[in-house]
Amino acid sequence: MLGKLTWDAIPFNQPIPMAASLMVVVVILAVLGYTFAKGWWPYLWREWITSVDHKRLGIMYAVLALVMLLRGFTDAIMMRSQQAVAAGGHQGYLPPEHYDQIFSAHGTIMIFFVAMPFVIGLMNFVLPLQLGVRDVAFPVLNSISFWLTCSGALLVNMSLMIGSFARTGWLVYPPLSELAFSPDVGVDYYLWSLQISGVGTLMTGINFVTTILKLRAPGMGYMRMPVFCWTALASNLLIVAAFPVLTATLAMLILDRYLGFHFFTNDGGGSAMMFINLIWIWGHPEVYILVLPAFGVYSEVIATFARKPLFGYRSMVAATLGICLLSFMVWLHHFFTMGAGADVNAFFGVMTMVIAVPTGVKVFNWLFTLYGGRVHFASPVLWSLGFICTFVIGGMTGVLLAIPPADFVLHNSLFLVAHFHNVIIGGVLFGAFAGYMYWFPKAFGFQLNERLGKASFWCWLIGFYLAFFPLYALGLMGATRRMQHYDNVQWQPLMLVAMLGALVILTGILLIILQLLVSIRQRAKLVDRTGDPWQGRTLEWSTASPPPAWNFALLPQVQGTDAYWTMKQAGRATARPATPPAYEPLEVPRNTPVGVILAFFSVIAGFALIWHIWWLAIIGLIGLAVTALSHAWSVDREMVIPADEVAAFERARVSGGGS
Amino acid sequence: MQSIWQSGVLDPQGPIGAAQRLILLDATAIMLAIIIPVILLVLGFAWWFRAGNTRAQYLPTFQYSGPIELVVWSIPALVIMFLGGMAWISSHDLDPPRPIPSKVPSIEIQVVALDWKWLFIYPAEGVASVNQLVVPVGTPLSFRITSATVMNSFFVPQLGSQIYAMAGMVNRLELLADNPGTFQGLSAQYSGAGFSDMRFEVKALPAADFQAWVASTKAGGGTLDPVAYGRLARPSMAVKPQAFGNVTPRLFEAAIQQAVK
Repeated sequence: MLGKLTWDAIPFNQPIPMAASLMVVVVILAVLGYTFAKGWWPYLWREWITSVDHKRLGIMYAVLALVMLLRGFTDAIMMRSQQAVAAGGHQGYLPPEHYDQIFSAHGTIMIFFVAMPFVIGLMNFVLPLQLGVRDVAFPVLNSISFWLTCSGALLVNMSLMIGSFARTGWLVYPPLSELAFSPDVGVDYYLWSLQISGVGTLMTGINFVTTILKLRAPGMGYMRMPVFCWTALASNLLIVAAFPVLTATLAMLILDRYLGFHFFTNDGGGSAMMFINLIWIWGHPEVYILVLPAFGVYSEVIATFARKPLFGYRSMVAATLGICLLSFMVWLHHFFTMGAGADVNAFFGVMTMVIAVPTGVKVFNWLFTLYGGRVHFASPVLWSLGFICTFVIGGMTGVLLAIPPADFVLHNSLFLVAHFHNVIIGGVLFGAFAGYMYWFPKAFGFQLNERLGKASFWCWLIGFYLAFFPLYALGLMGATRRMQHYDNVQWQPLMLVAMLGALVILTGILLIILQLLVSIRQRAKLVDRTGDPWQGRTLEWSTASPPPAWNFALLPQVQGTDAYWTMKQAGRATARPATPPAYEPLEVPRNTPVGVILAFFSVIAGFALIWHIWWLAIIGLIGLAVTALSHAWSVDREMVIPADEVAAFERARVSGGGS
Repeated sequence: MQSIWQSGVLDPQGPIGAAQRLILLDATAIMLAIIIPVILLVLGFAWWFRAGNTRAQYLPTFQYSGPIELVVWSIPALVIMFLGGMAWISSHDLDPPRPIPSKVPSIEIQVVALDWKWLFIYPAEGVASVNQLVVPVGTPLSFRITSATVMNSFFVPQLGSQIYAMAGMVNRLELLADNPGTFQGLSAQYSGAGFSDMRFEVKALPAADFQAWVASTKAGGGTLDPVAYGRLARPSMAVKPQAFGNVTPRLFEAAIQQAVK
């Protein structure tokens, strides 16, 4: 009846996962209960859960990312504390079966459910506003994408309480992930959560590519798009090209595990090497999917706060597209040690280094954007400067790892772990936080507390160096990754420093949360009625904060790069027309619960497939089909906002002290 | 400070490891020559052009300069051309299966990754050992590496290159130990619950001592035939070093084919 699911799946005898999952359940119930008691449910359902507004979806993506950051970081603290104590003969407090789940979950959650939602959330919020349009190309699809991502995140976290997670590393290399070596449901949790959220990500990619290519304000040619839009375009092209590879690769592993296929098994003619090639054909572009939008954020932030246009716009665009293209030609550098032969290794090594050229150009362009500027050291600028100084070090160690013979002694070591955290924290996460602090006032109409934001930045920066520079050294000393314990007690002091670094980063995370709470309390003081608190250059700053559902009452007319700056310089932004402009009724998409319903059924189907509960899986799949089809036949999808309402909003905005 | 780097890749004990350390240090030095000035310039520009500095010139329209563009593309391109050349040449020079030139004939050692220990078979000598690799100093070591189970990576940091051990396949790796000593070996590819203990000691002995070890291992007995191999291949953790004086011929070939289990 219940497939493989029995009471044994609940870890009653393991205090750590049991306590953790109980705490999670209590917190979720408390949040649900509190919002219910406050009577917020109808509001949440009407205005957020069923929303197809790209701004609200962007905000919800960011919330998902921050919540999952707490989960992923808990894993990080456990790993660092385990390695801080498990030296010499000591086994630490986490046995291998638990430790191995933790590092696998940490990687999976941080990449798929923190970095991806954070970056996609920023793009969601910013893209249509920067492009000067009223929404993304497919608003309902956008909502479905978000809710499917949530389904994946929920399934991963359910593994904490029901069953176990994969003990294979975050990329589930076969043959270890095959049924012969991983018979329990851990790998299945991984596979189905990523398949479900991967569908969401692919649809996001299609949606954003279409939005950028087809929906831009009048006059906004490609070479007038803000650089963030360019990086988002490159990132989403990569999603469209790479995520089907991930889906197909995981589908093959699913066939191996569920139907006895032999794609990657040791026997029956399978080849694990094929999986490793395929997963990195997705995996390397994935790195650029994450970091390119972050590069876009830095470009916007540095130009805005230097009060100058970005230096070398065309170079930036060329570099972005160059990185986009090259990122598909380097995947083999993740396994030079497979024994492919000198020519193959050398080719991929050189191609990898070539990516450093456009990346280096970007760094120099940011440098010359600062030159001749009037730099205001607001918190987004601190993240950006911290990024440049940190990221170039990560780039350097990346080029080192790209030299095949050097990789032969550094591969899989803690040096490698330090390198990719260097670029992902120093590149992606700093960018996400820079974007969060930069666009927050646009999203909510009040600014974040600067002092706490800066304190958080310093904790992250110092914590990062304390946590990961010891790992560079340890890697050179021969320490490999994923050790549950180790013999060499000389490594322990550095492991303790790394632990300390993790605690400093924890302080940084707590400060981010504190900043949010304090800023909400101080919102009256921090309010921004202008819609343009930073003296912005791009169109998102030309509308109200928070922007109305329709973003722009009249579509902006773009006459150059830095469209809003150009308008302000020409006096067009503040000019009051003699007669009020003629507003027209606007059509906006109606909210719909189709996304959340599809997500509900995909959790049902995913959970059932993980536990081999076939009847329930069929119910889930039928639910998905019926929901999707009935939505496809619905006709009443748009509502009209009367011209009076638009006009009233604009009048209130102007008289409220706006521009 | 010296001692803390011992056992690592910065304290190589053979020509492969030494060449790799040189590459690491050279490439790092070349890149530091670029990135340290870049970091200083970023911080310097940001500070000098701060909003409050009245002495700094404000250039609100400065956004393009052909000569600067040329320089910013040229610097990374030139560095990468140089390092790329280095990568290309060193990839060929240090290709793992490339024989190490030596007057001393090489010795073949067959390596099988098991759950979770390493089996070393010396086909010419007819002996084998588990979690202990004894090698003669100054002699090229020709490793042939496979796995009877999931993927692992055979790695002795102080000797140099690692390479994957994969079921059904053989990877070749040529190493050489210059000096006698004891080094740490490990699996660098996570392979499951017993992974952390998949370590082995490498004892590099003078040639005569190595022959003495072979002789005493032979005299010490212990048989590694398909049955004993089957017992050994069962998953076990933190396995103590052991040796076999009598090894069934062509056991390694059978292990590659997964013909023994």
